[in-house]
Amino acid sequence: MNLLLFSLFREKKRRRVVELTEKMVVDGGSRDGGEWDGRWNHINTFLERPGPFTHPDFEPSTESLQFLLDTCKILVIGAGGLGCELLKDLALSGFRHIHVVDMDTIDVSNLNRQFLFRLKDVGRPKADIAADFINGRIPGCNVVPHFKKIQDFDESFYRQFHIIVCGLDSIIARRWMNGMLLSLLVYEDGVLDPSSIIPLIDGGTEGFKGNARVIFPGMTACIDCTLELYPPQINFPMCTIASMPRLPEHCVEYVRMLLWPKEKPFGDGVGLDADDPEHIQWVYQKSQERAAEFSITGVTYRLTQGENTHSAILNSACATEVFKIASSAYIPLNNYMVFNDVDGLYTYTFEAERKENCSSCSQVPQDLHFSPSAKLQEVLDYLTENASLQMKSPAITATLEGKNKTLYLQLGLLDGQELAVADVTTPQTLLFKLSFTS
Amino acid sequence: MAATKSAKEQKYDRQLRLWGDHGQEELENAHVCLINSTASGTEILKNLVLPGIGAFTIVDGHKVSGEDVGNNFFLNNNSIGRNRAQAATELLQELNTDVSGNFVEESPDKLLDNDPEFFHRFTLVIGVQLPESTCLRLGSVLWNANVPFLVCRTYGLVGYMRLVVKEHTVIESHPDNALEDLRLDQPFAELKSHIQSYDLEGMGKKDHGHTPWIIIVAKYLEKWFSEHNFQLPKNYKEKEAFKQLIRQGILKNEKGTPEVEENFEEAIKNVNTALNPTKISSGVDDLFNGEQCNDITSQTPAFWVMTRAVREFVQNDGGGNLPVRGSIPDMIADSEKFINLQNVYREKAMQDASVVSKHVESLLQSVGKPSESISEQDIKLFCKNAAFLRVVRCRSLAEEYSVETVNKDAITCSMDGADGEMVLYLMLRSVDRFYQQHSRYPGVYNYQVEEDISKLKLCVNSLLQEYGLNVSVKDDYIHEFCRYGAAEPHTVASFLGGSAAQEAIKLITRQFVPFNNTFVYNAMSQTTATFQL
Repeated sequence: MNLLLFSLFREKKRRRVVELTEKMVVDGGSRDGGEWDGRWNHINTFLERPGPFTHPDFEPSTESLQFLLDTCKILVIGAGGLGCELLKDLALSGFRHIHVVDMDTIDVSNLNRQFLFRLKDVGRPKADIAADFINGRIPGCNVVPHFKKIQDFDESFYRQFHIIVCGLDSIIARRWMNGMLLSLLVYEDGVLDPSSIIPLIDGGTEGFKGNARVIFPGMTACIDCTLELYPPQINFPMCTIASMPRLPEHCVEYVRMLLWPKEKPFGDGVGLDADDPEHIQWVYQKSQERAAEFSITGVTYRLTQGENTHSAILNSACATEVFKIASSAYIPLNNYMVFNDVDGLYTYTFEAERKENCSSCSQVPQDLHFSPSAKLQEVLDYLTENASLQMKSPAITATLEGKNKTLYLQLGLLDGQELAVADVTTPQTLLFKLSFTS
Repeated sequence: MAATKSAKEQKYDRQLRLWGDHGQEELENAHVCLINSTASGTEILKNLVLPGIGAFTIVDGHKVSGEDVGNNFFLNNNSIGRNRAQAATELLQELNTDVSGNFVEESPDKLLDNDPEFFHRFTLVIGVQLPESTCLRLGSVLWNANVPFLVCRTYGLVGYMRLVVKEHTVIESHPDNALEDLRLDQPFAELKSHIQSYDLEGMGKKDHGHTPWIIIVAKYLEKWFSEHNFQLPKNYKEKEAFKQLIRQGILKNEKGTPEVEENFEEAIKNVNTALNPTKISSGVDDLFNGEQCNDITSQTPAFWVMTRAVREFVQNDGGGNLPVRGSIPDMIADSEKFINLQNVYREKAMQDASVVSKHVESLLQSVGKPSESISEQDIKLFCKNAAFLRVVRCRSLAEEYSVETVNKDAITCSMDGADGEMVLYLMLRSVDRFYQQHSRYPGVYNYQVEEDISKLKLCVNSLLQEYGLNVSVKDDYIHEFCRYGAAEPHTVASFLGGSAAQEAIKLITRQFVPFNNTFVYNAMSQTTATFQL
């Protein structure tokens, strides 16, 4: 399966290299990437020499480096903690055509880890500053920034890349990316066309833990196949927050969820910005007041935000995989690596399996079992709470009497009815089949 | 508490959540020495400079080559020909102005010849891409001076780390899945009387549904004890029966169907762990029986004085148990009941800590040291973490490399798989031999690859023979290591840089547990292994 993929990948590469070479001959110019002697020595050994552990399709050649330098196009999603590291790793591995997408601006609390940013950059878009820094430090590298959300782009944008690497901190965004790449897949007579596959390398990290995975959409397990590995965030019950707090965390949640929308301390429609010190200060003070009411101690400023810093380890594993796939030098990670260094260093590498009825990549409408008297709310609850679906705010349409209707109320659905569900977790529409239980 | 945070606090906010202000202080008081600012070295330092290490010093006698700039983010082509330590220091320093960056344009061998005590001043020495002879010389000096030494190297698609520290004690190990310290099997007096203050049968519906599960389990345990000769439910069958007993206590409505009482469900769910007998782990027991704990002198580090004090507590005041930890998990309950219960545990913990404190005081007095040498805060922290204390002791490099003390078992057992990470370790040792014989690493230039394979194979065989290792190394690995040509690809150097920096931070902050003692990363298969050699 992987072998076929690589043959076609290499063929795609080869054609592009020929195109470019021809173009160069016509133009008569030579690239000035600021080359110097020995610059690529540390990666050439892997591209020019045969070896016992290389991918069966690997052919040592001096052209492979040119492919990486001139043709291979990589997309990095996220220019934060993981993104900065990924950009550095890729640039120093011979990749020059790199795009980076990030919708955030730089905050002071980013500076301890996101090393492409300085104090003077606070407030500016991460993608722009990251690109500038890398292009300045690595001669010849051409990182193109996009200060946008991933959802701002459509298939025509994503289709141009050979490999996509994610350095995201949001499961929703990951799932969206996953859905986008699945939507690019082309099937001819039910057979997947390997040249429509764009490999997705995904890395995640928090504190002393992390993971890295390689996804070939349509062939290997996708993000949604293993959604249970990201269990739904446990939220405190509302009655605890509203009337029976016990822990400092409950007091903070009360202020965040109930008090903020009520008092609108910074104006109508101004949402809580976890990176704004004034917002956090307000939350902190109000949390202390709440805690005092119930004689709870332990509300600290630090408690008012949730994130931990992370380490620069998993990004490197991801970048190594990008290199392996782009160069065909080695068989890539198959396909999931988990890392934990709380006690010594521990990794566990395994092959995550595709789920037969995965809501995203199996192409089979999933069965929904409900009794005929069930209310629509039960269907919505199921879609949000089920561990393998975890939707955020699903909108359901169904074809009734020949018309597409958005379902707000129960409208006489039939057994076997197909429901189309849209949600922020994916750019695709998911299909479900309603099946009445007796 | 300050109303606004300083700029530094804001910058370090995310990492303070991991190791706290006291951890950050240790970091800012540390001075780390890096030997050789190759890509692996600068990546390690980057991950120490960013979180605010106090100071670093790079020792490197090499001049920057074109090859060096190609894989190193902290060298640029303007620095070709300049001293590598100086060039790297500039770009690393630029990352964080809070940090003090220094460099010494000298090879470590020269320093060892002329001024070995140079290395005594450092909190930690990190040696990168060192030839075997330099590594062993340095290892010996640092071992005698009690300076922790972290050896790191990137060799092709292989990463390697070796930690050399005589004894490293950890109070805050932050274990992942720690069991609670609830004392339900032997409730202390204050807990007993607090439990007695509840009358489950007599209370109203609202109170019944908001009584903490700890109280519920305790009450039903009393019932169980009276019917089972004061024995805890031991096996699966008994625990199920106990859970049933609790389930029967759920209030029923007029029709006789049980109400929804989540606190009772919590009680049932927690039976399996809540009834674990309170006892001291073997790890902590070993510490109590250790030499350092027995022989307290004026030189004894605070960790061991406190360990001894806790041992005294266990034997004289705690009835065989550690000081009460003082924390309880969150649970369904109204605020008042929860906080009152929490306070019972908290106050007991404080009491126990002050008894331990008295033991500390008398121990210090007995060796002529002032009682202020160990603070109340430190003692409280120690008591809270008493169940999770850890000590890491590594063998020296001399022991690893000597034919008499080599850990043959560890090597042969791990070679079972034949394709595991141990083979990579043996290959690293073999290329070191090659270097000693030929003053270069195998396969650096294309034309050398073929002929070096047989030369490297001789090194492998002589290594296995010298140490009496009855294992075989596949030819494929010998070929692969010639192919590498001692390359240092950036992504592998970066992985090692991140890993080594985390271990360094653990050593400096004395939080979380460092590895012991050899770590190998295989970037081909994205697998790792740790060996104790």
